[in-house]
Amino acid sequence: MSGAMQPLAAEAIAGKVAAGARLIRWLEDGDPRGRAALRDLYPHTGRAHLIGITGPPGAGKSTLVDALVAEERQRGRRVGVIAVDPSSPFSGGAILGDRLRMQRHAADEGVFIRSMGSRGQLGGLSRATFDAVLVLDAMGYDRVIVETMGVGQDELDIVGLAHSTVIVNVPGLGDEIQAIKAGLMEAGDIFVVNKADRDGADQTLRQLELMLHLRTRHPSGDDWQPPLLAVVSTRGEGIAALVDALDHHASHLHDSGGFEARLGSRSHHLFLGLLRDGAARRLMEQALDQPEIAALVEAVRSRRIDPYSAADTLVARIHLQP
Amino acid sequence: MPQRPIRVLLAKLGLDTHTVGVTVIAHALRDAGMEVIFTGLKQTPEMVANTAIQEDVDVVGVSSLSAGHMRNLPRLAKLLQEKGGGDKLLVAGGVIPEQDAPAIRAAGYAHIFTMGADTREIITFIQDWHARQETTAP
Ligand SMILES: Nc1nc2c(ncn2[C@@H]2O[C@H](COP(=O)(O)OP(=O)(O)OP(=O)(O)O)[C@@H](O)[C@H]2O)c(=O)[nH]1
Ligand SMILES: [Mg+2]
Repeated sequence: MSGAMQPLAAEAIAGKVAAGARLIRWLEDGDPRGRAALRDLYPHTGRAHLIGITGPPGAGKSTLVDALVAEERQRGRRVGVIAVDPSSPFSGGAILGDRLRMQRHAADEGVFIRSMGSRGQLGGLSRATFDAVLVLDAMGYDRVIVETMGVGQDELDIVGLAHSTVIVNVPGLGDEIQAIKAGLMEAGDIFVVNKADRDGADQTLRQLELMLHLRTRHPSGDDWQPPLLAVVSTRGEGIAALVDALDHHASHLHDSGGFEARLGSRSHHLFLGLLRDGAARRLMEQALDQPEIAALVEAVRSRRIDPYSAADTLVARIHLQP
Repeated sequence: MPQRPIRVLLAKLGLDTHTVGVTVIAHALRDAGMEVIFTGLKQTPEMVANTAIQEDVDVVGVSSLSAGHMRNLPRLAKLLQEKGGGDKLLVAGGVIPEQDAPAIRAAGYAHIFTMGADTREIITFIQDWHARQETTAP
């Protein structure tokens, strides 16, 4: 693609904070200027280590991110953070509270923290989270940490987004540790028991250890053995070991080709989704001009034809121009 | 559900340690469809300016107790300008003596809400400003 770069994209690549922040806003709000800028940013992405932090509400995810940022900064890395909190389904508004726990980094120019409302998405992220990650990556942050909203169990969009997914647990969930479904056990690259200063931490660690033994192998055939770590985020205990584990996982991914592969697979899925939306929209626009197909669409609405056959009929007529 | 929620940063500069009012306002703004971020207590103007820029909020609402507001509030406005956040709506709240109000306004604060202002008044003020922005935007 030739032509001048979107001005804000150029500024963001040069590391200008206000420019990157505005691009994220455009992407979040569905402003077409956001997409145009993303095209320019894209060649500058793919370098950052993307880290996902997920776990039940109140597990201490934000406190953990705060501690992680401190440790990464000690090691001289620039850190971007995206923290997703649920939007109200009633008003569409949100109180984005994650940042409050990380605010001691607000004066540090090497840290960029962005809060996002889930805006109706259910997978623990918002629609624009991945786009925002790309912006921070292109801005040159070495680590981009994404805190998901407190997830129940199956809402695990983060796994497709991050290079390294950290699953945060806490003592005292008792039998509810079952809430860590098989899917979660497979999804995690690193397991953490936070609030290890609390009673029952040992028991939780033992339970998790057992579950990790029973864990089915990663579908991709990855031979990574997920470590299990005890941390006290409020006191920074165990955080250096966690960053060591993250670094270890990153080099494991680099060695196995997984670093690019994970991003590539994410891009592929995004591409398919965009294609699905775009193709459906375009087909519907064109189809409605043709009476015969407009009739088919109407027949589905009035339940005279089942949607499966109707879609098959239409899809069978698609031919790409050579 | 609004597609593009108004984003608001609520900030506490200096020694102001009252959180009840800000919590009430945060919930009211949320219920009016806005995305609200709170900085927490004891912020410096640098921290608030950085936060407002990174979060790309539309509105920054600051409260500051008498000690230091004549220094802190204008400093925040200046930092925001310098860092590329000059397009944000700045409003102040809390205890600001009548005689200081003109200087605060001159520094770039569009409005000063007195202690105990009705949340509906705040919401309307923000929404009206935002509606004007939308119509004048390029
Ligand atoms: N005792 C103890 N408390 C902790 C620890 N880490 C976090 N907490 C506390 O747990 C509470 C919740 O912490 P957050 O970091 O907000 O938890 P979260 O998972 O981000 O919460 P949501 O984003 O709302 O899902 C706070 O009161 C923290 O101070 C820890 O290691 N030990
Ligand atoms: Mg949190």
